[in-house]
Formats: sequence, C-alpha cells, structure tokens
Amino acid sequence: MFRFLLGRLAVLIPTFIGVSIIAFSFIRLLPGDPVALLSGERVMSPERHAEISHQLGFDRPIVMQYLDYLWGVLRGDFGVSIVTKKPVIDQFLELFPATVELSLCAIIFAVVLGIPAGVIAAIKRGSILDQLIMGTALVGFSMPIFWWGLLLIIVVSGMLQWTPVSGRISLMFFFPSVTGFMLVDSLLSGQEGAFQSAFSHLVLPTIVLGTIPLAVIARQTRSAMLEVLSEDYVRTARAKGLPTFRVVGIHALRNALIPVVTTIGLQIGVMLAGAILTESIFSWPGIGKWMVDSVFRRDYAVIQGGLLIIAAVIMLVNLAVDLLYGLINPRIRH
Amino acid sequence: MKKLTTLFAATALATLMAGTAWSKTFVFCSEGSPEGFDPGLYTAGTTFDAAAHTVYSRLLEFKKGTTETEPGLAESWTISDDGLEYTFKLRPGVKFQTTEFFTPTRELNADDVIFSLERQWKSDNAWHGYVTGGSWEYFAGMGLPDLLESIEKVDDMTVKIKLKRKEAPFLANLAMPFASIMSKEYADKLQAEGKMNQLNQMPLGTGPFSFVGYQQDAVIRYKAHPDYWGGKQKIDDLVFAITTDAAVRFQKLQAGECHLMPYPNAADVGAMKADPNLKVMEQAGLNVAYLAYNTTQPPFDKVEVRKALNKAINKQAIVDAVFQGQAQPATNPIPPTMWSYNEQIEDDTYEPEVAKKLLEDAGVKDLSMKVWAMPVARPYMLNARRAAELMQADFAKIGVKVEIVSYEWAEYLEKSKAKDRDGAVILGWTGDNGDPDNFLDTLLGCDAVGGNNRAQWCNKEFDDLVTKAKETSDVAERTKLYGEAQAVFKREAPWATLDHSLSIVPMRKNVEGFVQSPLGDFAFDGVDIVE
Repeated sequence: MFRFLLGRLAVLIPTFIGVSIIAFSFIRLLPGDPVALLSGERVMSPERHAEISHQLGFDRPIVMQYLDYLWGVLRGDFGVSIVTKKPVIDQFLELFPATVELSLCAIIFAVVLGIPAGVIAAIKRGSILDQLIMGTALVGFSMPIFWWGLLLIIVVSGMLQWTPVSGRISLMFFFPSVTGFMLVDSLLSGQEGAFQSAFSHLVLPTIVLGTIPLAVIARQTRSAMLEVLSEDYVRTARAKGLPTFRVVGIHALRNALIPVVTTIGLQIGVMLAGAILTESIFSWPGIGKWMVDSVFRRDYAVIQGGLLIIAAVIMLVNLAVDLLYGLINPRIRH
Repeated sequence: MKKLTTLFAATALATLMAGTAWSKTFVFCSEGSPEGFDPGLYTAGTTFDAAAHTVYSRLLEFKKGTTETEPGLAESWTISDDGLEYTFKLRPGVKFQTTEFFTPTRELNADDVIFSLERQWKSDNAWHGYVTGGSWEYFAGMGLPDLLESIEKVDDMTVKIKLKRKEAPFLANLAMPFASIMSKEYADKLQAEGKMNQLNQMPLGTGPFSFVGYQQDAVIRYKAHPDYWGGKQKIDDLVFAITTDAAVRFQKLQAGECHLMPYPNAADVGAMKADPNLKVMEQAGLNVAYLAYNTTQPPFDKVEVRKALNKAINKQAIVDAVFQGQAQPATNPIPPTMWSYNEQIEDDTYEPEVAKKLLEDAGVKDLSMKVWAMPVARPYMLNARRAAELMQADFAKIGVKVEIVSYEWAEYLEKSKAKDRDGAVILGWTGDNGDPDNFLDTLLGCDAVGGNNRAQWCNKEFDDLVTKAKETSDVAERTKLYGEAQAVFKREAPWATLDHSLSIVPMRKNVEGFVQSPLGDFAFDGVDIVE
C-alpha cells in the first residue's frame, strides 16, 4: 500500500507543478501589462510602475519569479484579490463550504438514485423499464446545465411555487456562519423555520448539479452489473437456488460497485465544473460563482489563485479516490 | 384529528402574528456585486446603487425622476458675479449614521465636505491612494482636477469652492455619486487605527439607509437611518439580493422573493406586463444612438445630402427590429427626459421618394458609402449590425450603395475619431450627470472634433450657443440656449438621430413610491410596501 501511495504521489507532484506553471503564466500571457493587471491600477506613472513591478518581483529573472511564486503557493499564499484586497485563500475557505455542501448533496442524490436505477436496468435487461431508465439517463447526460436549471426554476419555483428560486436561505433569516454549511448553521441558529428554508433552497441546485453524475452512475452501474451477472460464481449461486435478492444484492453488487466507486470519484471534477454554472444560475455563493464573478470583475489574481486551488483540490480528491479504490480492490495496487 | 387541526390553526395564527410584528423589509434583486462601497473610486451603476444612493447623500441631489438638481446637504448656495466662486451653506443638524462599527459624536460640518472632495483631488492627501489600484475616475473624468482652484472652509457650516473658469454643469457634477459626502470623523478614526481600507468596505454617511453587512456576491443588508435629514424611511430594512441572471431575477420577482428588479430581458417584458401581481414602469433612458456622418468629407459636407439620407432611414423599423419596441425613435441629440429638451423640433419624416429627389437636386449620383457597425451591444444600440443592415436596405431604395464595416470595439472607438475617417459611424452615448452640456458640447462641440465628435462637425452658431450656455448659471437662460442649439443641430443634420432606448423597471404591485430615475440609477428612499 505504501508503494502504491508513493507511485500516486510521483504522478501527482509533476502534475501540480505543471498546473502551477500554467497558473503562473496566465497573467504573463494575457494581453496587456502584467503589472497593471495584477495591481489593478489603471493610471500609473513610470515611477509607480517601477515600484509595483519591484514589489511584485517582476524585475527578477523569470525562473526566480516562478520559484518565488511556487514557494508562496506552498506556504498557502495564492495572492491577494485585486478587488476585495483579501487573500485569495481566505476567500476560498469562506466560500468553499457552500460548494462542498451543494456537491455532497448532489453526489448523494446521484448515488442514491443512480445505483438502484442501474441495478434494476441490469436485472431487467432489455425490458421496457431498462430502456426507459437508460433513455432517461441519456437525456440527463446530455442536458445543458444552464437550460435545465432555468427550466426547473420556471416550472418548479415559478409555476408550481414548490421551492424558492435562488440563494441559500430566505433573506428573512440572518445569523452568523459557524460551520459554513447552511443546513448545520440553520439548525445551530435555533431560528424557527431556518432549516426548512435552507433545505428547500438546496433542492433545485442539488437536482441540477446531480443530474449528470446520476446519469453516469446509472449507466456505469448497469454495465458493471451486467458483467458481474454473467460471471460463473453468480451462475453458481443462482444454480444453488439462492434467492435473487441475495445473489444480486450481496454477491453481484459488491463486486460491481468497484468500478462505480472510481466513476463517483471522477465525477468530483465534473461536479466542480458543473458547480460554476449551477451556482451562477441559483445565486449560490460558492467557489463556482466566485470564479465567474471574478472573470466579470477582471480580478485576475483571484482567477489565477482560484484555478490553482481548485486544481489542487481535484487532484487531492482523485488521490483519495485512488487510495480508497486500492483499499477495496487490492488487485490494482500491483 | 380535531386536536391536530386546532394545533395547526394555532401555529398558523402564531406565525401570522409573528409576521405582522416583523419589520418591513424591501428586497431589491440587484444585477451584480458592487465593486466596493466608496462611490468616488468606481464608475459602475451597480456600485452607485449599492453605496451612493443608500448610505450617502451629497451637497446637491437630483430631484426625483428628473435631471434637475435640488438642495441636498447644502441648504442653499450663492454664485459670485464672475461665476467663479460657489459658496455653499450646509444644512444644520444633519446626523451621520450610528452603526455597529462606528458611533459619530458630531453632526455634518464643512470638514466633511472638504475631506470628501480633497481626497479625490489632491495627490498629497493621505486618502488619495488609500485603495491600491483605486483611481478617482469620475472626478478626473468630469475635468474637476483642472477646474478647481480651491476649496475653503469659511466657517463650520459654510464651504467656498473656487473655480478656474466658468462652468455651469459644475452644480450637476456635485449631485453625482462620486461627490458623496463622507464622515471625516470616521475616516480619521480608521486612519488612526491603520484600517483605512475599511472606508471602502464598511461605508458610513448621512443617507437614508445605514450599512449593516455585505456577504460577497450574495447579499447586502441595510437598515433605515432613524435620524436621516430627509425623514425616516417607511421601510425598516433594505436588502440587495444579488442575482446576476435576468431570467432568475424575473422568477424571484414573480415568486415574491423580491419586490423590484433592474434590467429585465427584453423577451420577458410581455409576461411581466401580463402578470396581475406585477407592474412595469418605463421611460426613455438617458441615452441616444446616432449615425454620425463625416461632415468634412464630400459629399457629406453638404447639408442637403445629410438631410436626404436622414429622410431615407426608417427609424421605426430599426426600433421594432432591434429593440422589439423597447425604444423610441430619436429626434434630438438629447433624450426627452432631459431638461431643455426642445419639444418643438420636428423629426425628419421617412419619405424615400423625397429623399431620392433631394439627392438628385444636390447633384449626387451613384453614391456608395461605408456604414460602421459597432461590434458590441450597448443599452442605446442592442444590435448595430442589424440596424446597419436595415439602413443598407433603406439607402438602397434611394440608389445609395452601403458597405457595412466593423472593427474590434476598442479599435472601433479609436479609429472612428479620425478626422479623415471614411464612412458614417453608428455610435451612442449615455449621460453621466443629467446636464445637456454632457451631450451637446461633449459630442458635438468644436473642441470635441477628432475625439467624441464623430461627425467632425464644427458649427460656429451651434458652438457659440453651447459655450454660452455652459458659462451661464441661470437655468432658464440655459434652457433657451440649448433649445436653440437643438434647432441648429436639426437644421444642419450632422447625425441621423436613431433612438433612445427605454429603461424598464418591473416591480411587485404592492410597491409604492418608487420613482424611475432618468439617470438609470435605483434609489429606495421614499419607497413603501403596502399590503
């Protein structure tokens, strides 16, 4: 297991360095003066320009600049927002819980519905039910998030008025953030109705963000299940007269889930990409919306730092998934 | 079961009663996050709505719904005979807001006014560069650094501002968001504590609402300022729910999650008007779109040719096709909501046959010309390409061939300034300070040739009228002069005036007292919710 971990890290470190080079080059490759872009100052005297240039280290050799940058990043210094003047990492930590909360709900939604749907489709292979599930999954997979989100808002919030339109909680509730997770904070606040409000605000964004992973998981589960169901040991189990529930639920599902776990892990990256659109539509104050807003504000420092942090998070999650996979399926360690 | 029903009823009643005890909260679904809360540093309307029109007030204010100024923190003012000295008498007893982060100990005085203006003006002021990267764009843009001679404190309640030259629009400038009056006492405290940046994050002023808190990109909260000099507001709490997508804003408005929204999608306006729970206000925006001929190049140096082309353009068709009716054809170079708009002037009617004849009379045959179409959508012109195509068809009817050209936006703006430019340019303008000078002199004055004056049009008669108006402080006199200037403009036709887009504001039916501003900003003093 230790060697496996080392192997994974050996891939991860160069990848991170690669991403950091891209993030580092980002400002320097943009059209315009990088000093002006990073400082946010539009009108600068030559003296002021030289001063800021020196402060930012632009007068040093490019390799040294990169090493400075990397050293800063390793110490958690991802730069300072041009607009808010707050460290990028602080803003990230402030907003990240909102994205985690939404992503967790979406992945739970996708797993809870996706795995049973895939299993049913596999057992009833070729039936109308199978075709219905797989057809729906295909539609879900190809649904543009933006359109899907607006459609749900118009129908569910607008016409039926079942859920609120956007935001994390009704603006009537106002309490300090403790954990950053609205479901928890609303309970902690002790305000009546706060939790219901937070929950109802989560419903639509969860569905929108969870739709694509749901479709992917359902399809993956179905094909993994079909493969396992044709294995000899399943046939043996069936021949021994074990009830279908036991055969499918215990013998087949456990093995079928192994590739599904990887799929779920891979969905984390997809999820963060989806969060950018989902959060924007639902005014959900997480990192996805933060990135979009920063692009509109031309807050290059945030775009640069934010991208690197998000990339690092995705890499760490993938590492965790790999390790988890190695635990449940010892064969791949070799 | 019966018990349960009773319990339900009791809970419902309790909730209802709790509801009536709640404070009156007005929710504005704003379109974006403010850049900061110091209105002097920024230029976006979003920022002004969130800072200048809530927390702050100014020496002069724009009278609600108009572009005229009225006394604000300055109760009255006198202007010296040579027009260079403005003496402002401050309103006595104006209280700053008391917030969780600052408790003021004194009322507004001359020091606050001087602080607010000088920090933007003097580069040796400690506050001049307090935000890295911040620049006083509007202050500089309105030419104030060159205009101001001095700002003096006569006594605690009197401020005298000296100018280097006569400039009538100066008063209107002081009603603009950048001229918001801050508390020097608060600023001094922040400076002493080394927390100067806080001025831009936790604003404090004399306006109708005091700042409570801002959650980045999500929500801004305000409370009514109980001691506001204009009287306490009817609503207790004001909330900006930042909702960047126009379709989502509309859904929130429909669901009653907000009371008013800015900038609807053109396609949604029909549904908004049909919804019995909503009402929709509309008026001409403070803008104009135009086609500027190059009046220095033949044959466009001839008035007859320009007039003929103007008569060949079907403006209504452009308005219908580009704005789906949410604009009105423009007659004058200033919009009808602006003071001094000349109602008497008649627009060039759409008469292709007459136009053709005019062109023949002028001896112009087989004319082919370029029409420049902007590559971006602006409020005054949503689709310049489409407008250019319609004009191309219109001009074809009178035998004029049109080639449509376009450039990248920055290049377009730059290239179109050239004095020897080839072709007529589609462009427009949105007013900054509600002063006619900001349109007529800025866009058509002789000084602006080679710059904002895309027609390269220097007409002595027009320029004299506009210059005289700029140097006069008497509003009636200025109105007369600008009225005459518009007549000269229409006679000489350096532009084809195209449209003024409509600004549309949908809100819940129970919102009362909201007045649409011709300047395009959103202010919520005087607003109430009736149940």
